[in-house]
Amino acid sequence: MTPDRHTGQPDAEMSEQPLEQRRIIPRPPGEQPTAGRMPPAGDAPPAPAAGDTPAAGTAPSAGDTPAAAPQTVTTPDTVTERQALAEGTPTRTVQLEGLRAFYGRAEQVKGVDLEFKANEVTAIIGPSGCGKSTMIRCINRMHEEIPGARAEGRVLLDGLDVYEHSVDVVAVRRAIGMVFQKPNPFPTMSIFDNVAAGMRLTGMRRRGAELSARVERALVDAGLWDEVSERLSEPGVGLSGGQQQRLCIARSLAVDPEVILMDEPCSALDPVATLKIEELIDDLKQRVTIVIVTHNMQQAARVADRTAFMLDGRLVEAGPTQEIFTNPSDPRTEEYVTGKFG
Amino acid sequence: MSAAGAAPTPPPAHALLAGGPGLRRRKLVNRTMESTATLAALIAVAVLAIVIVSVLIKGVSAINLDFFIKSPAPIGQSGGGIANSIVGTALLVALASALAVPVGILVGIHTSEFARPSVASSIRFALDILNGVPTIVTGIFVFGLLVVGHVQSGYAGAFALAIIMLPIVARSAHEVLSLVPASLREGSLALGVRRWRTVLRIVVPTAASGMVTGALLAVARVAGETAPLLFTSSIASNLVSTDPSQAFASIPVSIFTLSEEASPAAHAQAWAAALLLIFLVVLLNIVARSVFGRSQARIRRTR
Repeated sequence: MTPDRHTGQPDAEMSEQPLEQRRIIPRPPGEQPTAGRMPPAGDAPPAPAAGDTPAAGTAPSAGDTPAAAPQTVTTPDTVTERQALAEGTPTRTVQLEGLRAFYGRAEQVKGVDLEFKANEVTAIIGPSGCGKSTMIRCINRMHEEIPGARAEGRVLLDGLDVYEHSVDVVAVRRAIGMVFQKPNPFPTMSIFDNVAAGMRLTGMRRRGAELSARVERALVDAGLWDEVSERLSEPGVGLSGGQQQRLCIARSLAVDPEVILMDEPCSALDPVATLKIEELIDDLKQRVTIVIVTHNMQQAARVADRTAFMLDGRLVEAGPTQEIFTNPSDPRTEEYVTGKFG
Repeated sequence: MSAAGAAPTPPPAHALLAGGPGLRRRKLVNRTMESTATLAALIAVAVLAIVIVSVLIKGVSAINLDFFIKSPAPIGQSGGGIANSIVGTALLVALASALAVPVGILVGIHTSEFARPSVASSIRFALDILNGVPTIVTGIFVFGLLVVGHVQSGYAGAFALAIIMLPIVARSAHEVLSLVPASLREGSLALGVRRWRTVLRIVVPTAASGMVTGALLAVARVAGETAPLLFTSSIASNLVSTDPSQAFASIPVSIFTLSEEASPAAHAQAWAAALLLIFLVVLLNIVARSVFGRSQARIRRTR
């Protein structure tokens, strides 16, 4: 395969393309379901697959999903390279509308309306069991992996509902990555393979030098490269906890997500490792929208541009972090951030 | 605190810590129970030791090179070996594994990764029942299915052994797959990896050595099975045969037939065959354990 990214498969360089081209919306019937695994003819045709995007390159009219016509797609020109993105191209917004989440009959998230703005870090704070984690797991549809769990309402990624019928759940998760509370590198894989796993297993079909380059870039972006560049073939689980968590961040960065959800990413780490991750979050917001759930209010104050306070499955208030911590409008927020409960 | 008349004085320490009247009896009961349990454990180990030692004593005299590489001597002559049975058992077990291991592992993957909990538990219940079916019944069943109207064959014997292996392999695959932390599945799914690929590329490799262990234990179990082979693969040639459409000789059936013979030499060979079988089973168990130990260490590192 030639290294030129724009001659490859339709979803080769995903991040520059509108959501429709990123296969949030699945291919029309007859095409192969797995993204990136196009028939070998792949090299010849230009980016948009037949029938996939009615108007290639421009804000699409989304013919097959009239309900979710995105108005706000800020499509970087297809020529724009990743470097441009790194310099602060707007990332995507996520909007929750009336989001409710259930475990069986128990309602854990009871109707949340909230917007996560592009190029910002939004922290979700609140006492244990208030539904923070459940809520962000609804954003990339990981919630439904739990038997008996389901969600209602809408989660709009740049105006497109990820719960839309025509939306492919796998593509949602590729666009909205996730970092978990405990680092979970794949134990059978080396450091390199852990980072490459997303590309290999999602059919992004990167090989040789290009794969290595992307792995390196993800590790650099995750601030781990200097520590592991000499031992990429060693097992990922041999790293320290903080390194493992940055490895997991690199792993999710490697598939070029638009949004990264972090579910208490530092709660299993020591203060030094925590500081590193926080610095990393600050760098990453240039290119991805970040939502971070945290128990640690100092952490929210340090990393977040905006903060949302949840209580008992409901959003109490959301706003600029400064305001939430110094001048909250709801007395419950004030009690929580001043440590009166929780 | 001053000695206020109303406040009861706390009992002195020696009264607080003294055992009271039942103490001696309770200590005695405790010691009796402990030693009874220890004794029971010793008896179990002793039984194994006695079996191995007696088989060793009686069998070792007949072990020589001929025993491994020669076919049984014609009736009336001395010497010979059980090469046909060794080859037969190896082929039977290999064929049975080729049938049972893939199916069993797929069943385990289904119950652990894909089936709804209610379905999974009924499948596991069915596997338990299958595991409990007496092997002679399995033998009769395969006899009725494959041998009646045809002839005994290695295929029939291997099929019977595969039926016995299947639940063992499936249950152990299920167990080791459920030991794989859910966080690994989530990590993979959250990358946008499809479910079947997550199972195939993340979950199964993590549990692979555990599944190998299960398969080895199942092999160890069926290598010594006699009953299912009596009906399906016992009337065998004395020559080494590798054709599964003919009945294979096998070590357990040879032990049975040799011990029925009149000559002391045949009895000694039966003991030697028993020794060989025990050695194989012990070896398989040791290998299985070491493989499993390594897989556990790997899983633990991600917890």
